[in-house]
Amino acid sequence: MTSSFATFGNELYTGKRSYNFVAAKKIWFIIAAVAVALSILIPAAKGGFNLGIEFRGGSEFTVSNVKTTSAALGEKAVHDVVAGAVPRVANVAGTTMRIQTDKLSEDETIRVKEGLTSAYGVTENEVTSTFVGPTWGQDVTKQALIGLVVFVGLAAVLMALYFRTWKMSLSALAGMLVTMFTTAGVYALSDFEVTPSAIIGFLTVLSYSLYDTVVVFDKIRENTADITTSSRRTFAEEVNLAVNQTLVRSINTMMVAVLPVAAILFIGAGLLGAGTLRDLSLALFVGILIGTAATIFIAAPLYAWLRQGEPELVKQAKKVAQRRADAASEAATV
Amino acid sequence: MARTGPKNSARRVLTWLGAIFVVLTAVLGGGVISGHASWAPKLALDLEGGTQMILAPKVEGSGDINEEQLNQAVAIIRQRVDGSGVAEAEISTQSGRNVVVSLPGTPSKETRALIQASADMNFRPVIAVGDGNPVPVESRTPEDQLPKPAAAPANASDSNWVTADVVKTFEALDCVNPATDKQQRSDPAKPLVTCEPSTGLKYILGPVEVKGQDITDSSFSQVQGAQGSVTNSWGVNIVFNGDAAAKFKAVTERLNQFYIAAGGESGNDPKSQFAIVLDDKVISAPRSLAVITDGRPQITGNFTQASAKALSDQLRYGALPISFEIQSEQQISATLGGEQLRLGLLAGLIGLLLVVVYSLFQYRALGFVTIASLVVAGALTYLAIAILGWTENYRLSLAGVAGLIVAIGQTADSFIVYFERIRDELREGRGLVSAVENGWKRAKRTVLASKAVNLLAALVLYFVAVGNVRGFAFTLGLTAVADLLVVFIFTHPVLQLLARTKFFGEGHRFSGLSPDRLGAVPLYRGAGRLRTPTEKPAVVRARNTGAVAEAERRMTIAERRLAEKQGQLTGSSNGTKEEK
Repeated sequence: MTSSFATFGNELYTGKRSYNFVAAKKIWFIIAAVAVALSILIPAAKGGFNLGIEFRGGSEFTVSNVKTTSAALGEKAVHDVVAGAVPRVANVAGTTMRIQTDKLSEDETIRVKEGLTSAYGVTENEVTSTFVGPTWGQDVTKQALIGLVVFVGLAAVLMALYFRTWKMSLSALAGMLVTMFTTAGVYALSDFEVTPSAIIGFLTVLSYSLYDTVVVFDKIRENTADITTSSRRTFAEEVNLAVNQTLVRSINTMMVAVLPVAAILFIGAGLLGAGTLRDLSLALFVGILIGTAATIFIAAPLYAWLRQGEPELVKQAKKVAQRRADAASEAATV
Repeated sequence: MARTGPKNSARRVLTWLGAIFVVLTAVLGGGVISGHASWAPKLALDLEGGTQMILAPKVEGSGDINEEQLNQAVAIIRQRVDGSGVAEAEISTQSGRNVVVSLPGTPSKETRALIQASADMNFRPVIAVGDGNPVPVESRTPEDQLPKPAAAPANASDSNWVTADVVKTFEALDCVNPATDKQQRSDPAKPLVTCEPSTGLKYILGPVEVKGQDITDSSFSQVQGAQGSVTNSWGVNIVFNGDAAAKFKAVTERLNQFYIAAGGESGNDPKSQFAIVLDDKVISAPRSLAVITDGRPQITGNFTQASAKALSDQLRYGALPISFEIQSEQQISATLGGEQLRLGLLAGLIGLLLVVVYSLFQYRALGFVTIASLVVAGALTYLAIAILGWTENYRLSLAGVAGLIVAIGQTADSFIVYFERIRDELREGRGLVSAVENGWKRAKRTVLASKAVNLLAALVLYFVAVGNVRGFAFTLGLTAVADLLVVFIFTHPVLQLLARTKFFGEGHRFSGLSPDRLGAVPLYRGAGRLRTPTEKPAVVRARNTGAVAEAERRMTIAERRLAEKQGQLTGSSNGTKEEK
């Protein structure tokens, strides 16, 4: 198994085994376009995302060390104080319950707290209450958007400086945007709760996506450094070879990045329930997978496509075709 | 022992790494011994338990508040929280708009009300002044000698305000070591017994006569002498609005009489003083030297430029009715935080273990280099966090822990990029020693560029921080730096040294760098022959035969020609190496 993976790497490196990522770009672009369109349409159809309490505003109670995890008890405790309320009761960890309601007055909060204390048979300091004002969520959203715009702007500048070509910068950003939209789409589709922690995860995913692209593009740049003087492969083929050569590294990196995140998500979620860690790792898990794919299937082919039409490269491609034709005819005459 | 260049430099660099560790450990150890630091990182509220309130300051009649006003708001809140005796409260601003108050434990209703209340500045006439120490119990005024005011007070300075209760409170009050009992906001229509924190004196004050909101402006300047000459002393100038100017005139008329009656400059009647009270604490109590008719008093005294500015600022902001709206209040149970931390660390460890297993599986013995590098990076990060906790009061939050776990992958990636580069060089047929050097040259650039992206993300997240993002961003940035350091001063030198060992250098099959396994053919075949294109590494397996034709097609023209020539010359082509 290992030897076959090493072999796989060797063959990718030499070009013996090659996946044609670049040539099939139309398919990838169409898939990406559909995914992005769906990611925009689904939330629109559903009327937005499933926003966490931080964005909606309201009151939240956490009861730890409960004797029983019955949700009805929590609902009843809230109903006794506020008739007609619609509380969301969830078991968030082994013996911890979370009860979310609309915003309660201070007096109501204290009474609900008392009700929960007796309902779940816990001591007073095992019930904590949290209250989130409605403007808080707007603040968070605004800051996240500012962060997003600033990051994308700075990243574009950084990439343009590093790669010395705006086309690479643009391709990398395109890959990142596809990642962004589809990750958001997955969130909308699956009804995961969007919390500030998820937003952090989201922004981190963008950084990961770019980071991944930088490594692959570095290799592309190296392979295509003296493309105009070579007649060995066309530009698109060189890009494809670079992607293939870094494929093992892409897979390894993805695995190594995803493993700890998956550990938090799958081990943690069972024990932890909802919370900072779960929300964060969920966004990261989805984003890392999509981000790695976006680099290979979107960013690299897009870059090849953007530059293919350059006169110099067109000339070079002709040279390559000419060489190959010559070789073929020579072989035929021997 | 041959002392080659790279080997020497590798040793030197590793010595540096050791030195860094020794220094950091010594710094932290020194802190621990001096009792200011601890070996464990400080924990944030969500792991320690407590209450976090996010307050939005609001200034009546204006929309957003500016930075200066926000800082003032923080100062006000800090004073209030410290005054209510909450130890270890942290107050910070957030996104240029909000004030975040983090308190261990749960604040009482009174504390909450106090924190939320709008800044409250007003002017009260002084009735009595005393030394800040509490009167010893044995020498306090006996019960039967306590004043029993017969008449209702005629004005705000009237001694009839001083009731038995007021005297008792006054005598018991300690302004030298102020008690931190939670105070209720005082009633403006009643007398107030309070301290002046800057001098440690205590006062009995009459009811409020002029409100702080009535100040339209305040400034500070050098006091003008008799002929308009500028003196060296500083003063604070206040401007009242029309309504308050009239009130102020009436007050100064009354107080000025006390001043004159007491003998003017040499006199010392507390009733000639008019106290400026902010949040029920006296910030200044100047005597009334003249009747102010235009509502533009000047306070003079032993001011330096700085203290005049400070008082002027306080007055100006005191005039601002800043109130605070609680945007969110979170009570965090310590047990839940601890539970989350424990499980988070457990998940992180499991994740780390998976990474270890995967890299051993992928890189054989090289995987141990990855593990060692991760351990070194982890130790560096840990030391940094513990030291920052001590020097900068940095506290590790749950989001921070998440950042650390996420960083495992990104840290390991630097090594992966590097190892893959070395393997590429080996596939080209280089010897291990030069493959390490060349691979490093190329990997270095990639690692630097990709870490720059990480750092950029961390910085952006940090500066547009929302809620608990900051802790996450901080650890992400910190690990990016630690990772860079480790790749440069640990991983690379270690590989330089390993490349010269028999196990790695000769490409043992478990070394992860075996040229055979990588299908490499040495570039130089000995006897003056170079590698031929047909000897291009190939690992042919039955199931890969389909790829052979493809490989043929992909041969370069030069290779093809050479192959043909060779075929004609030798009638055979070199066999391929195979690994099972």
